[in-house]
Amino acid sequence: MISAARSLLHTGVTSVQGPLVFVRNVRGAGLYDRVDVITPEDAIRSGRVVAISEDRIIVEVFQGTDGLSLQGTRLRLFDEPVTLDVGPGMLGRVYDGLGKPTDGGPPIPARARMRVDGNAINPVRRDVPSEFIETGISAIDAMNSLVRGQKLPVFSGSGLSHDRLASNIARFARLRGTDSTDFAIVFAAIGVTFDTADHFRREMDEYGALERIALFLNLASDPSAERLLTPRVALTAAEYLAYHEGRHVLVIVTDVTNYCEALREVSSSHGEVPSRKGYPGYMYSDLASLYERAGRIRDRAGSITQVPILTMPNDDITHPIPDLSGYITEGQIVLSRDLERRGVFPPVALLPCLSRLMNKGTGAGMTSADHPALAAQLYSSYAQAQRLKLLSSVVGEEGLSASDRDLLAFLERMESEFLDQGDERRTLEETFDIAWRLLAQLPDESLVRLADRQIAEHIVAHRHG
Amino acid sequence: MSEARVFWINGPVLKARPVGSLQMKEAVFVGEERLAAEVIRLDGDAVTVQVFEDTTGLKPGAVVRGSGLPLAVSLGPGMLGSMFDGIQRPLSTIASSHGDFFRAGVEAPALDPEQRWRFTPKLDVGVAVVGGTVLGEVPESGNTSSRILVPPGVSGTLTWIAPQGDYKGAETIARLHGESGERQIAMVNRWPIRQPRPSARRLSTEQPLLTGQRIIDTFFPVAKGGAASLPGGFGTGKTVLLQTLAKWCDADVIVYVGCGERGNEMADVLDEFPELEDPLTGRKLMERTVLIANTSNMPVAAREASIYTGMTIAEYYRDQGHHVALFADSISRWAEALREISGRLEELPAEEGYPAYLPTRLAEFFERAGSVSTLQGVPASLTVVATVSPPGGDFSEPVTAHTRRYVKSFLALDKVRAQARFYPAIDPLQSYSGYVQHTERWWTSHGGVRWASLTKNVLALLEEQSRLEKMVKIVGRDALPAAQRLVLVCAEIVVEALLRQSAFSEIDRYCSSEKQMSMLNVADDFLSQSQRVVEAGVDPDTILTLPVVRRVQRMGEDIANDDLEAFSALTHDISTAFSALAPTFAQNDDNAA
Repeated sequence: MISAARSLLHTGVTSVQGPLVFVRNVRGAGLYDRVDVITPEDAIRSGRVVAISEDRIIVEVFQGTDGLSLQGTRLRLFDEPVTLDVGPGMLGRVYDGLGKPTDGGPPIPARARMRVDGNAINPVRRDVPSEFIETGISAIDAMNSLVRGQKLPVFSGSGLSHDRLASNIARFARLRGTDSTDFAIVFAAIGVTFDTADHFRREMDEYGALERIALFLNLASDPSAERLLTPRVALTAAEYLAYHEGRHVLVIVTDVTNYCEALREVSSSHGEVPSRKGYPGYMYSDLASLYERAGRIRDRAGSITQVPILTMPNDDITHPIPDLSGYITEGQIVLSRDLERRGVFPPVALLPCLSRLMNKGTGAGMTSADHPALAAQLYSSYAQAQRLKLLSSVVGEEGLSASDRDLLAFLERMESEFLDQGDERRTLEETFDIAWRLLAQLPDESLVRLADRQIAEHIVAHRHG
Repeated sequence: MSEARVFWINGPVLKARPVGSLQMKEAVFVGEERLAAEVIRLDGDAVTVQVFEDTTGLKPGAVVRGSGLPLAVSLGPGMLGSMFDGIQRPLSTIASSHGDFFRAGVEAPALDPEQRWRFTPKLDVGVAVVGGTVLGEVPESGNTSSRILVPPGVSGTLTWIAPQGDYKGAETIARLHGESGERQIAMVNRWPIRQPRPSARRLSTEQPLLTGQRIIDTFFPVAKGGAASLPGGFGTGKTVLLQTLAKWCDADVIVYVGCGERGNEMADVLDEFPELEDPLTGRKLMERTVLIANTSNMPVAAREASIYTGMTIAEYYRDQGHHVALFADSISRWAEALREISGRLEELPAEEGYPAYLPTRLAEFFERAGSVSTLQGVPASLTVVATVSPPGGDFSEPVTAHTRRYVKSFLALDKVRAQARFYPAIDPLQSYSGYVQHTERWWTSHGGVRWASLTKNVLALLEEQSRLEKMVKIVGRDALPAAQRLVLVCAEIVVEALLRQSAFSEIDRYCSSEKQMSMLNVADDFLSQSQRVVEAGVDPDTILTLPVVRRVQRMGEDIANDDLEAFSALTHDISTAFSALAPTFAQNDDNAA
């Protein structure tokens, strides 16, 4: 292969601001081309061209600009975008945030070089995600089902147990009726602490799952500009595994909030007009360029399912990061600080949760014909019970009718028996059984989302059993 | 043609030095890859261009080639059943030539130039024709015929017309002799997307667009030729509702624009529409649908163009005398594309970073909706329904607020309802329709003499419920008198019975206007019976224990469109149940004698 590198080294750095380097009199640079930035100490850092004007270019340096000088810094331009070398043996390895192996193992035998920005899937080639994934977690399986090719983020808060939930999903997830999970897992840590990343690795090791995992680590101590690349590198690896090796890939990205902070930081270095809370106006499109890389493609064996994790600043779901994510992803699993405090695990706040693709993967022939009605009834009763609880906390419980008390008891048991499952894996049948049992505590009049037949079949048995 | 050389690149926006003169809004091609682009600003010695494709790798010095024409779409037979991107590139054709992923610089004709269409002439030589005159017909897709029109602005005497036969889109099918001499007309013509196509005159909007959705048709109707917006935070069911409308509404042609939304949703439409049947005509939904997909990860400038591409295609079918409905999901993503381009141009931002011309652009867009008399004098309409995605669900933000100024139906989606999986999550107290009076006559002449008064009663009940619920929060439910507790009981039942409608239930996803009227009557009957028994001293909460309540609440899901007698039976059972609570006295009024 002819090297795309130009032999010429450019000097002429006129300014260094944040992660950006401004270089004068560079001819022939293409937008988003890869750049090696050579420090005065001859160390090489990666970057890319992000803007071009008549007399200068702007280069974003992924590993930061500390130690660069105006005179001593040189640049080598490449006539190609940033790529990742992909090939067999990518699983079971640990990489840095730019995709270089850091586990001391051999380099990846490059079968191909793939652009880390990826290319949009032509919508006519997409296959509708419809294969139900049993995650083993009741709140997800019964009420917010995940399907292959979906992007279902976890909206969490700082300090909540989202990491534990993510590693449980990674360990438990399988197609129904199969014993072993056939998922390959790509784990992208963005700006998280070493402990978090290491904990996940050890967890997987403990369950013998390490050889199915590719770990991409950008730690909190790594430069923030690198965070813009980490999820792209990880998703590129996922695309290779899915579409070239035919694997079903589960991509876990944590924490998207750190990614967005880095985006804001770089944007403000550019002097761009900010949108809400200082985040750039294109954050929606930028996040979409990550999330939309989930999916299935017709006539290809593999798939990419994404479970990104983000921590909502101040637990505020209307903050731009969860807000824009929610508009792009196919639902969300929201964690509750209140439930966490009460020791419920996983602490899933049911009401704001949603899986938009649920109706594609549930129902007759996929899970159970009565699954959609069951989920609708659980939601309806749970919402009603929450409203009632709020009301009774204001006006007191004395005035409650018998059916109101039933509802409050239902709420209690939903949390203690349905949501709270610790680290135990539940089959869908076990989950359904608990759900029907709890609904059976409510009178028929309040079960309007269930047809008479469904009441006769599932509810009556539990009342007399 | 004029040219220019690129010297400045920032994402999808670039500046170039022109040789010769390029026009504002001219379609241009950039570089060796011939990336599609459009001139958006001229100043002094520089032109600014927005590129509709990925600009990765583009270098200064690249040549921008002018086309001499504004950005336009090809209009002709072959669009129904197809999916295009934001600048009308055919996605299926591109997929077969370039594979599963997009690449920059792909050129493909929107309409297959080799495809032949059976043209049947409708005019004879010697006739004087003007823009909009029907020259002939082409069976396009299913039952929909494309009428081949003289393009707007062209007139003269017909000197030749092709005999019935199979012709390619670009072949001449007629020749005119006009003031400017001889002119040839083909079936496929180009039209600039940012310029509205003309019609003879605007008509007032009087017919409802029947959507089969109770909360819309019965309570907040959208007129044919009207404009409506569906604002709602994420997860409130905007897209599902919009797709439901696109599936079941009684328009002849549907243009569905996925503007900056999810790829899987477009795949879903492509998967479902060819399978589902139009309840009125029995033909496959895909046969009346044109899809425009510019998903959120596709280039942002093409997203900006996509709604105009969709609108121009919709106008083309309107001009043939069809009732057309354009669904845009979402207008906020379009506005954000506008903002992104504006930001890269370093324009002075107005509210929330949006350019100051946002309201003007929105007004221009929504004004292209309307009920019209076409150039040939036929009534036709173009209805526009757009979703709005307000950040944080806040309706006071600029896109929601400005959209509201130009639409007459405002269907606000509510988070609390959506969280309880109550769909469609339209909040009846925040929503309104300016078409209620327009459509009253239609309902009156379609078996709904009491429509206006019944819907008013129900909405008044909901209004009262909301007021009382605030009181309950302070004083508790038991402190209310029976009449007020009755309002709470009834409102809950009626909301569940009428307003909830499952898009996934085969029985309930489409509700005929007859069924809607029957359900409204049942609800009204239930309300008056309840009132009667409570006045007779029955406790309102007792009503909740009647087994018939469950049937009222589930009537939408349990009773099919073709089973209207079931509603009479239900009314009868309601009477029986209530009579058991408080016996009705003999109907014969003894005092009358």
